[in-house]
Amino acid sequence: MPAGFSRAEIERIAALAHLELGDDELDLFARQLGDILDYANQLQQIDTTGVPPTASVLIGDEGERADLAVASLDRDAALANAPDGAADAGFFRVPRVIG
Amino acid sequence: MTTPTLVDLRDAWQSGRRSAVELCEEALTAIAQQDAVLGAFNTVIGEAALARAASIDRDRATWAGRPLAGVPVAIKDNLCTRGIRTTASSRILEAFVPPYDATAVAKLQAAGAVIVGKTNCDEFAMGSSNENSAFRPARNPWATDRIPGGSSGGSAVAVAAGMTTLALGSDTGGSIRQPAALCGIVGLKPTYGRVSRYGLLAFASSLDQIGPLTWTVRDAALALSVIAGGDPADATSAPQPVADYLAALTGDVRGLRIGVPTALIDGHHAGVDPDVASKFGAALQTLVARGARLVDIALPNAAAAIPTYYLVATAEASSNLARYDGVRYGYRAPADGRDDLRTMYRRSREQGFGAEVKRRIMLGTYVLSAGYYDAYYLKAQQVRTLIRRDYDEAFAHADVVAMPTSPTPAFRLGERVADPMQMYLADIFTVSANLAGLPAISVPCGFTAAGLPVGLQLTGRHLDEATLLRAADAYERDAGWPEHRPARVTTAAEPA
Repeated sequence: MPAGFSRAEIERIAALAHLELGDDELDLFARQLGDILDYANQLQQIDTTGVPPTASVLIGDEGERADLAVASLDRDAALANAPDGAADAGFFRVPRVIG
Repeated sequence: MTTPTLVDLRDAWQSGRRSAVELCEEALTAIAQQDAVLGAFNTVIGEAALARAASIDRDRATWAGRPLAGVPVAIKDNLCTRGIRTTASSRILEAFVPPYDATAVAKLQAAGAVIVGKTNCDEFAMGSSNENSAFRPARNPWATDRIPGGSSGGSAVAVAAGMTTLALGSDTGGSIRQPAALCGIVGLKPTYGRVSRYGLLAFASSLDQIGPLTWTVRDAALALSVIAGGDPADATSAPQPVADYLAALTGDVRGLRIGVPTALIDGHHAGVDPDVASKFGAALQTLVARGARLVDIALPNAAAAIPTYYLVATAEASSNLARYDGVRYGYRAPADGRDDLRTMYRRSREQGFGAEVKRRIMLGTYVLSAGYYDAYYLKAQQVRTLIRRDYDEAFAHADVVAMPTSPTPAFRLGERVADPMQMYLADIFTVSANLAGLPAISVPCGFTAAGLPVGLQLTGRHLDEATLLRAADAYERDAGWPEHRPARVTTAAEPA
């Protein structure tokens, strides 16, 4: 487990997270993520052999709900908060994807 | 002087002694007098609230008998409110106006409550001091140079400063209980699933839960009875019937077994302030005097709860916050010459999120990334199982578990912002209830020598809010802390 992060590694994580970090943030997070993970490494001392992971704390299984068609959000309402909504066409507009 | 509670205001409207408009005007006046200093609200909707109050007064036949008719309430700004700006205290949602209500909000409205505004919080509920709000910090009404706690800091301040008698908050690792403790009020995190999360802006979906902040345990019981219940819109909500929480408040705790994890509380890792330790001990003795019994319990993995929590919560956050991409809602960065989709995502997120949110997205992305998943995320999920088993074992010997809510009283603004680890460590007593999905409540249990509130936390069995509220109410009856209120904080009294 890395005790600290290189700048390149922080840049790689930022790219995965779709964050364009500034120089100051790259240095700060390299140090702080290293500190936090050093602390989190105490978990490695705990014996979890054969212990199942907890992904949910729900008790009981409600099974599947009925497959019923219900009204959904009105299209204009769904587009109302879009930074670049095309209300007439019913689309969210985004920058060009394919060159 | 007795200041009215939620129950008092409900009774005042039902009996016709007070109108909803009068109650609403009082709330708006208390906000107007104090909020320039205290920073409890991101948005106040005075005119809309008064119009709604007037319509409730006019249509008494419809609203009579509804449990919160005419009562002003505040809503944390990470809960969707139809037509009312909902920001999560983030620049990325600064202009977001939800097209629908969260289920908990809709239930409050159906009960006749009058929403007066949206409360300040740490950005996306990530923080323990409210200093991570993108807009402004909130201040503690007991000492305005100190933080109110977080992330539901604004909700705690709104109630503590007498602006509303009920505010909704959300609690992922202590975000209702810790600010309630630091502001000297009651904060209840229900069992995971007891309150629908539909319309709560998701932070960590396996941990998040909505709950009330109030002056009294009775008020918390009333509020929970309104917002609890299964919901078709949230598949993780608990369909079990909702208990009669008000009827559970019998004052009788004879024979109740209170588990105390002494080794955890006394351990140097916890860093419990001596004043907090002494008030906690006195609170336990108050319950013993009413007939409860103290049982020493172990919780051997509780010290590992913080690293477990910060791995699980950040992993879920990195996934949940991927939706903020500048396409369907929220902030979009200007094109700035590099006009491609990926750049737009990255710049929008960089400019729209604050430092703590980015820090947690980065950590969560890392622990879920190829090569590290097993070592961090899976390991944390396994330790989470051990923490749940610790509570199962504890509840074989005890009916509730008692701990201080926060190891220290409210600290000064700015004191911990440079060191996120130090901020995280103060969550030692609150995060395990979220990891195990258990209900927990913080009730005031006195003041430090410096006059800062201290909170007693009780944790209960899965879906057993009734026992939890009964124990907390019994304590409150003897302790009488609800009679202690901070002085009104006016603009003139702001310290340097």
